[in-house]
Amino acid sequence: MTVSVRKSPPGSDAAAPPARQRRVRAGRRRLRERATIVGFLLPALALFAALVLVPILFALYTSLFRWGGFGWPDDFVGLENFVKLFKDEVFLGDLWRGFVLIALSVVVQLPFALAMAVLLNQNLRGRAFYRLLFFAPYVLSEVITGVLFTMIFAPDSGLADHIMDLIGLGDLGITWFASSDTVLITLFLVMTWKYFGFHMILYLAGLQSIPKDVLEAAAIDGAGPWQRFRHVTLPLLGPTIRISVFLSVIGAIQLFDLVWVTTAGGPVHASETMAVTMFQFGFKRYQVGYASAISVVMFLISFVFALFYQRYVLRRDLEGAVTSMRGRR
Amino acid sequence: MTPTAVESRSPRIWSWLRGLSMHAIIWVVGAAIVVPLLYGLVSGFKDTSELSSNPFGPPRHWVTENYTDLLQSGAFWRQIANSTGIALATALVTVAASAMAAYVFARFAFRGREVVFTLFTIGLMFPFAVAILPLFIMLRTFGLLENPLGVVLPQAAFGLPMTIIILRGFFRNVPGELEEAAIIDGCSAFGFFWRILLPMARPALATVTVLAIVTSWNNFFLPLLVFTEPDWWTIPVGVQQFKGQYAEDTARILAYVVLAMAPALAFYTVAERQLIGGLTAGATKG
Repeated sequence: MTVSVRKSPPGSDAAAPPARQRRVRAGRRRLRERATIVGFLLPALALFAALVLVPILFALYTSLFRWGGFGWPDDFVGLENFVKLFKDEVFLGDLWRGFVLIALSVVVQLPFALAMAVLLNQNLRGRAFYRLLFFAPYVLSEVITGVLFTMIFAPDSGLADHIMDLIGLGDLGITWFASSDTVLITLFLVMTWKYFGFHMILYLAGLQSIPKDVLEAAAIDGAGPWQRFRHVTLPLLGPTIRISVFLSVIGAIQLFDLVWVTTAGGPVHASETMAVTMFQFGFKRYQVGYASAISVVMFLISFVFALFYQRYVLRRDLEGAVTSMRGRR
Repeated sequence: MTPTAVESRSPRIWSWLRGLSMHAIIWVVGAAIVVPLLYGLVSGFKDTSELSSNPFGPPRHWVTENYTDLLQSGAFWRQIANSTGIALATALVTVAASAMAAYVFARFAFRGREVVFTLFTIGLMFPFAVAILPLFIMLRTFGLLENPLGVVLPQAAFGLPMTIIILRGFFRNVPGELEEAAIIDGCSAFGFFWRILLPMARPALATVTVLAIVTSWNNFFLPLLVFTEPDWWTIPVGVQQFKGQYAEDTARILAYVVLAMAPALAFYTVAERQLIGGLTAGATKG
């Protein structure tokens, strides 16, 4: 679709200028074009290089030093920070907890979002309103959401405990954020409250791009509702599902705000994530080299995951995603 | 009763039951979303002591001080103003830089174009948290702490990949004949970009602007680190600090939360189409 920049001059051959003059003019045009390209790319490129690429390279560099964050790092320790990191129980716990949150998202939150999308894709009265409502928590910041739910899950006095009493489950004595057994599940509940609407919206867009006649054809061939869903809708929704899984994983890797305002990683590291550990070491304990090593691991995990995903999972979707986008315009 | 009568009636009953059960599910989920928000709103009108004795009902006597005290405090409005200013500045920088770059990516052929473009798309995969520590040290080195630019510029930089991808897709679909006609009429590359492409891309520009505003408005990590002085605190930082300050006064904190939510929800009802359009476009393209 790209328009070639070398446009043939209108009515070129009849009164053609001498070859030399033409060449000069073409050269000047090419120069002007190159200036345009450079000039238009420069602001974005400069911003991106200075504030995205350089920091990441800087983290790579400082992760090899024992460094308090002031002056230029000079105590080179090689890979010692990384060796220490992978012996640190808190950090290994971060990895495990990240994995648990991702697994819960993929097994519980996303199927739930899909179910709601399928529901709201029916011809229901008021579905535009419900869609608006279910998506609303997504626009609230994680901080505000977190503070609200800290109050709701406050031990004894919070709304959650009153509801548990009301439905007769008060004797279970669930302490939500306060106990290391339940804190991760509680966190996941809040994440689902905030994010399922986002995934639902993605699925709804995917569902709406499935051609009606395919489903009708399946129905005429005698496929029941479940069969149509399982063998027609679900495969056609594949690209959307894979994107939503991808976004869930990237979100879980960098989870910080919500954890920081609700539990700050506690009790006793039970809800700590990589980003929280990094924050603790980098900004509270001034072990910046060590914290950089955590940043680097976070970066490598997302990078390797993204490459792997791009290579093996998303690649075959690319064609479909692009064409479906064009169809929507 | 004849068989035909049964057949003609039962589908109607079934579809009615089906509709009812679907609505029941939706109401339960809807309640799960609304109740926490409503709880915050109503509790803001109570005394903290009333919260545990009367968690569900309306306030026995309406306490308006929680809200009015905040609305009369300079700090709250200051934070609203800071969040707004930073969000608008971020959106402006992000969209301006992205639109220019997207124009080049969409409509010029040159060597290395795909490499540079891929570089930007890789940026999509970097969580903000990865770069925040070195970013902070750089900002400190350049004296950008306690300075709104220290938040605006990094936010804009991290917003570039998504914005460029969305705008590039839009710019590509503008017919080439239009550009040729403009050039023949003596339009420069910049003239075409400024006077024809951008006005045509208004819906896409609205979408990416809304995305940038919402992202900036909700950002917490960076402003938390950059602004230690209350003068520049944004709403999320303010809420978190307020919670620390009034730890025991739950009702007051809930009032603050509700007031802090209001602008975001109001903006959402106005810009819902752009926001959802942008998120789905960004996700299916990225």
